[in-house]
Amino acid sequence: MSRRFTPSVVTANDLFEGDVVYLTPDQGWSRDLSHAQLFTDARAAEAALAQAQAQSDRLVGPYLAAARSGPNGPEPAHFREAFRARGPSNYPHGKQEAGMCRP
Amino acid sequence: MYAYSEFDRAFLRTRNTQFRAQVERRIAGNLTEEEFRPLRLMNGLYLQLHAYMLRVAIPYGTLNSAQMRQLAMIADRWDKGYGHFTTRQNIQFNWPRLNDVPDMLDALAEVGMHAIQTSGNCVRNVTADHFAGAAADEIADPRPVAELLRQWSTDHPEFQFLPRKFKIAITGSPNDRAVTRAHDIGLRTVLRNGARGFEVIVGGGLGRTPVIGKVLADFIPEADLLPYIEAILSTYNSFGRRDNKYKARIKIMVNELGLDDVRARVEARFRTLRAEWQGVDQHILNDLRRAFAPPAFRVAPTDGFDTAYQRDPGFRAFADTNLAAHWQDGYAIVTISLKAHGATPGDASSDQMRLMADLAERYGHDELRISHEQNVILPHVHKSDLPALYAALKTAQLATANIGLASDIIACPGMDYCALATARSIPVAQDIARAVAAREHDIGGLKIKISGCINACGHHHVGHIGILGLDRAGVENYQITLGGDATETAALGERAGPGFAYDQIVPAIERVLDAYLDLRRGPSEDFLATFRRLGAQPFKDALYLPEVSAHAV
Ligand code: HEM
Ligand code: SF4
Repeated sequence: MSRRFTPSVVTANDLFEGDVVYLTPDQGWSRDLSHAQLFTDARAAEAALAQAQAQSDRLVGPYLAAARSGPNGPEPAHFREAFRARGPSNYPHGKQEAGMCRP
Repeated sequence: MYAYSEFDRAFLRTRNTQFRAQVERRIAGNLTEEEFRPLRLMNGLYLQLHAYMLRVAIPYGTLNSAQMRQLAMIADRWDKGYGHFTTRQNIQFNWPRLNDVPDMLDALAEVGMHAIQTSGNCVRNVTADHFAGAAADEIADPRPVAELLRQWSTDHPEFQFLPRKFKIAITGSPNDRAVTRAHDIGLRTVLRNGARGFEVIVGGGLGRTPVIGKVLADFIPEADLLPYIEAILSTYNSFGRRDNKYKARIKIMVNELGLDDVRARVEARFRTLRAEWQGVDQHILNDLRRAFAPPAFRVAPTDGFDTAYQRDPGFRAFADTNLAAHWQDGYAIVTISLKAHGATPGDASSDQMRLMADLAERYGHDELRISHEQNVILPHVHKSDLPALYAALKTAQLATANIGLASDIIACPGMDYCALATARSIPVAQDIARAVAAREHDIGGLKIKISGCINACGHHHVGHIGILGLDRAGVENYQITLGGDATETAALGERAGPGFAYDQIVPAIERVLDAYLDLRRGPSEDFLATFRRLGAQPFKDALYLPEVSAHAV
């Protein structure tokens, strides 16, 4: 039963833009993964997710995404999350356009 | 071309008004995402990895210049100045904002376009041979029947909630350019005793269970086609599986019931339905045939073409590679490549769209086509106009002479956009195209097709070389299949063996190509013919025993 909890961030898509957003420590939403709150405790993460699920007037499809702690804040643990955090690789669109992601 | 009637326009206005209200209710918090999702999908609006995506139908791939210009306008005004043409002859806008989508749909309606039934478990955009109405090998233009099918299936009350999505493809030529054998229903025009009819193929499909379609009826007279198709759909609606989404396509029903059983049920249903059809469809079909009548072709000398062909090697390569035979003397079918080496397959900028629209208007009787191979076609160009057309295309990176060659790759959006993807496909296509550019004319005809997950939107199973991107223990991994074929001799490719890492997939493909060049009997034996003569083994050796095969040659 005591499967170890993988550290995670709460993430979703913004209802209006569709862009990927992350829950920040001050209960806000950022488009930048490095600003996200990294949960290391399963119960706290589930509680934050439940709160996100209640915000369906601004979010679509919230879930917990595995992440690691890095020098500038949380980093993606899987390449899918790396693409979500950065944007497509064929054009500098999305977050790359906004100058929001570090290479 | 078919022009919308007042009925069509009124229908679209109602649908768009409804959707506008639904978007408003979602934004106002009166609809949850669970409630809104099916409504947006019915109108072609997906949510992908980074943004919404609006999928717009281009029925049987046919567009006029005004429609193409409107797509360019939409791309500029509400998206990022480009669109992505897909294997299902749709266009996808990758960056719309939810608030803007109702306006985008209204703008589409202005030119007789929409996004209805581009998603959901209904009859999807009917696809057709992109050379329809122009190909020299054609028995009959399949588009009047395709349009009839579109009208009949749009908002058909009985078929809005099928067990799963349903895709129909139609061709009027014996040379199948519409991949009819990989569709839920594939229709091939045939003549019997001078009468037109269709071979009806059923249960083809790709995805996680790829199946080559089987012949359900070898000849259905044209007048019986609609009731016969209705009988198939009605049988599927009753007996297709709804308990498991992965077993819900008609191909699984055909496999589970058996072809003979399905045929018996369809025929029984057909006998009932046939009596109910009073021939209205045939009147409509006659009108549609007039709408798709050939343009007023010109008779003019083609000396200009011959001179340019002799003098300009660039034009010669373009003419040899990108033209196909037209049934009308003096005319050619021009395929405009959306696969400039290193470009994203199927993407066109708004400037490119406008240029293609202008050229269609000036030189192409105002017609454009989108092919399932993600290129744009000007089906009717007089040969004397080709040098000027080529010069204009060159100014917008639209003159790449690579149609049917190794860099003319089909690639689905993959993990750069698609929420279902397990790996990227676009950058793999870009890198392969750059790597093969120098020798692709030497390699000759070759179909490389790439999908970013087992859903197979990039048709990898029927590529001569197919590439499937997977997630293996948290890293991108690419499986190669060999010997697939999307034409009338359709075949599923054979898995070569273990997959390759992202940085190994391009070298792996290059080894397959090296092996082919060593093994072929000469330039006239293309990759697929060589594969069929020798089987997969020598190519597997090249993939997995590079040292050994390097010594062997
Ligand atoms: C939001 C993006 C997309 C989603 C969610 C999606 C979803 C799917 C799914 C789930 C399947 C498998 C269906 C099955 O096996 O029952 C499929 C198949 C397919 N899709 Fe897509 N797809 C997307 C984009 C595309 C694009 C961009 C194209 C064209 C380039 C495309 C063309 C096809 C084709 C040709 C097939 C295989 C034929 C078949 O239905 O068996 N799809 N898609
Ligand atoms: S094959 Fe997979 S990754 Fe590619 S578009 Fe289809 S669902 Fe997305």
